[in-house]
Amino acid sequence: MNAGIPLQYFLILATVMFFVGIYGFLTRRNLITILMSVELILNSVNINFMAFNRYLFPHKLDGMFFSLFIIAVAASEAAVAIAIIINIYRRFTTINVEDVNEMKY
Amino acid sequence: MTNNQIMFVLFSAMIVVFSILTVTSRKILRSAVYLLFVLVSTSGLYFMLNYQFIAAVQLTLYAGGIVVLIIFSILLTSHIDHKFEPVGWKKSLFSALAALSGAIISIITILDFRFSATRQAAKEVDMKLIGKSLLSTGNDGFVLPFEVISILLIAAMVAAIVIAKKGGPIKPESQISNQQ
Amino acid sequence: MMSFAYTVWIPLIPFLMFVLLGLWGNKLKPGLSGILGTAGLGIITILSYFAAYNYFFGMPKVEEAYKAIEAFNITWLRFSDNLHIDLGVLLDPISVMMLIVVSTVSFMVHIYSLGYMKGERGYERFFAFLSLFTFSMLGLVVATNIFQMYIFWELVGVSSYLLIGFYYTKPSAVAASKKAFIVTRFADLGFLIGILILSFNTKTFDFLTLTDPSGPAITQGSGAAFLGLSVMTWSMIFVYMGGVGKSAMFPFHIWLPDAMEGPTPVSALIHAATMVVAGVYLVARMFPIYYFAAPTALEVVAYVGGFSSLFAAVIACTQNDIKRVLAYSTMSQIGYMMLALGVSGYGGHEGLGFMASMFHLFTHAMFKALLFLAAGAIIHAAHSNFMTDMGGLRKYLPITHTTFLIACLTIAGIPPLSGFFSKDEILAAAFHHNKFLFAVEYAVAGLTAFYMFRLYFNIFWGRDTQYHHTPHEAPLTMTIPLIVLAAGSALTGLIPFNELVTTNGVPFESEIEWGVAIPSVLIGLLGIGIAWIMYRKKTNIPDRVASAFKFGYRWAFNKFYIDELYLFVTKKIIFRYIAAPVAWFDRHIVDGTMNAIATVTQTVSFRIRRFQSGQLQKYAFAFVSGAVLLVLLFIFIWN
Repeated sequence: MNAGIPLQYFLILATVMFFVGIYGFLTRRNLITILMSVELILNSVNINFMAFNRYLFPHKLDGMFFSLFIIAVAASEAAVAIAIIINIYRRFTTINVEDVNEMKY
Repeated sequence: MTNNQIMFVLFSAMIVVFSILTVTSRKILRSAVYLLFVLVSTSGLYFMLNYQFIAAVQLTLYAGGIVVLIIFSILLTSHIDHKFEPVGWKKSLFSALAALSGAIISIITILDFRFSATRQAAKEVDMKLIGKSLLSTGNDGFVLPFEVISILLIAAMVAAIVIAKKGGPIKPESQISNQQ
Repeated sequence: MMSFAYTVWIPLIPFLMFVLLGLWGNKLKPGLSGILGTAGLGIITILSYFAAYNYFFGMPKVEEAYKAIEAFNITWLRFSDNLHIDLGVLLDPISVMMLIVVSTVSFMVHIYSLGYMKGERGYERFFAFLSLFTFSMLGLVVATNIFQMYIFWELVGVSSYLLIGFYYTKPSAVAASKKAFIVTRFADLGFLIGILILSFNTKTFDFLTLTDPSGPAITQGSGAAFLGLSVMTWSMIFVYMGGVGKSAMFPFHIWLPDAMEGPTPVSALIHAATMVVAGVYLVARMFPIYYFAAPTALEVVAYVGGFSSLFAAVIACTQNDIKRVLAYSTMSQIGYMMLALGVSGYGGHEGLGFMASMFHLFTHAMFKALLFLAAGAIIHAAHSNFMTDMGGLRKYLPITHTTFLIACLTIAGIPPLSGFFSKDEILAAAFHHNKFLFAVEYAVAGLTAFYMFRLYFNIFWGRDTQYHHTPHEAPLTMTIPLIVLAAGSALTGLIPFNELVTTNGVPFESEIEWGVAIPSVLIGLLGIGIAWIMYRKKTNIPDRVASAFKFGYRWAFNKFYIDELYLFVTKKIIFRYIAAPVAWFDRHIVDGTMNAIATVTQTVSFRIRRFQSGQLQKYAFAFVSGAVLLVLLFIFIWN
């Protein structure tokens, strides 16, 4: 057990990472960097789940498995996202998110 | 300060600093590397929490798989030395505002809440337990999500191949006649 | 008790003919539509005579009176237990009489039209409309309740509109049909108001209930007073307004002269014999209410009738278009009928005026239709409507000449023709009740004889005009109706109306009052004599008389400028000061609101279109800030 570290510290850490990821998602222009921000967000959530599992429900494994599955989903999502990005690059020769805006008024 | 606390401070500092660097760096390959560091630090946190399996999975999948994938795609789609222009101040300001306000609200909520710990004994998490839970039905069984995830992985594989193929998505006539 | 249910076919057969000819008329062989229409009319004429014979002579009288029979009645719309609109057939002396009049005259007009309208464009349409009109008029006269009468009243107006505007390519005909419809529609507004007030007070539409002298409608009293007149009086005056419009009494008479734009058979049927007497029929139908509950309204009826007959007679003395002369003559004679109703009492000999009015209606239908049909033949022969282009036609049109002369003698009131009997009874009734009105009508009798013989002499005598091509007598289909109607005009005087058609169904004794009859014959002869002197040969006496009365002549020739007055009131006053502001309001404020809503929607949507920019990060930003705001709202502020 982590005697010296209260639960809240983990949670605050995860929160900071989450919102940094959101900032990156809203700010960055390259599609791949946006994908990296998404990975940050997913990771923060993972930390949250694991912390809760260890501190509040040490007799169960739910949080751990949830994180496992999130990692799997993140991996597949990254793969498909990269495929799409490559396709967009072939079509538009740019992966600047502001140039991919044909679905508008 | 116990060892735990030192390790925690170290890892959290690494995570925070490198994640901020990831989202603000102007060279794309540096962002990828900073991301790698973040993921490795997270894995360290998991080791601290005594979840060795997940830590290992994190290292393998995230650090070893996804970051490599990202680097490959960076190489495919842009000049490595390409420097990004700095972001317009309006966009940056509003995003920072949104993120900051969200962060403040969440932190206030977290600090206000009284978490009640349970009195039950901790379970020893080893591979045998994980394997059994993954494949058993019933209260502690996770076989359903397991099966669903496998379907998802197949779907993702197929989708990635189809989307990224040269020549775009399959057009009915031309492809069939090609194969004949 | 024999069943008169077959009488429901009397209105229905012309309606079927209308539908048949209207939908498939132009697919039939030419000429067949005329034959079909006429055949339908022939059938219902026979049915009407049969029903009349059975009603008057085949049925036993109840309490010495001819009882009203509801031969057929179905409820069409039921609003509540008391308020329902029925459709049905009511047989009583006046409606049976009207059945005979309408079907006979319509039948004669149909036969005449076979010849007159032959070869015209729209032949099938004409017979379809004639059948529609006959259906409407028959439905009106057999109405069992006042609302049914109103429905058919409007239908008659529509048929008149369609038939006046039959030559729809002629602008004057189109204008005339619009004028007729609008003026009568305006008058029908009064009729509707009267119906509503009346039925609100008496809680029923049904005629039998309304006109029963011992029934609830009349005995309940006249209702509250408003501006000095009781509610019942007001309602009956409003109802009469409808009659004034439809019967072309002053001041709603302006449409009748213009309605002569229609084909001549139409003028004969609608504007002489049947539709224009609908107003008289209305008053006659509601006579018990008028007499018992609204006697003031009855005075109004009498004075309007008297004034209209004098007004029209004066104008008729100056007109040159022969159809216009006949139109004003119609207005004058209907004034007679209205006056007779107005001075009538109820029950027995008191009801002389009522009986005389109905009698005059009957005879007038015959001779006025005859006059119009003959005028059609004359116009056809001389190729002009104006007296000034005619003269000496008696050599060319013998049958037309003879029948026209008989009709003129009838209208002048010369015995033993029918006009003498009916006009004499009217004068007798007026003499006994209102000496002033009697004097007016006496003068009008003289004027009538004068202008009718002025017409006669100008057409058939006068100067020997040279015609471009020799006028020829009309074909047989046109002369047979003339002969039949002439026989009717001559002989119907002998029908004992006092035994058949009276106020309460009870026959009464009546004799010719020689004290009134002889002076009336004398003044008729005087009128004929003056016309003989002035017009038999071409002289300049008419011009000298006209220049002597220059002012009066000009006013009478221009119909007393009533049309111009109405146009002034509507165009300069109503349109400019009432209609125009209302139109402005409608266009700018009501419409403007709608337009404003649309414009605002469009502008706002244009502005907020930019939300859908296609830019991923903007969407994400909205998402995140929205989520943060919601969390703020619900978790921190709400509680």
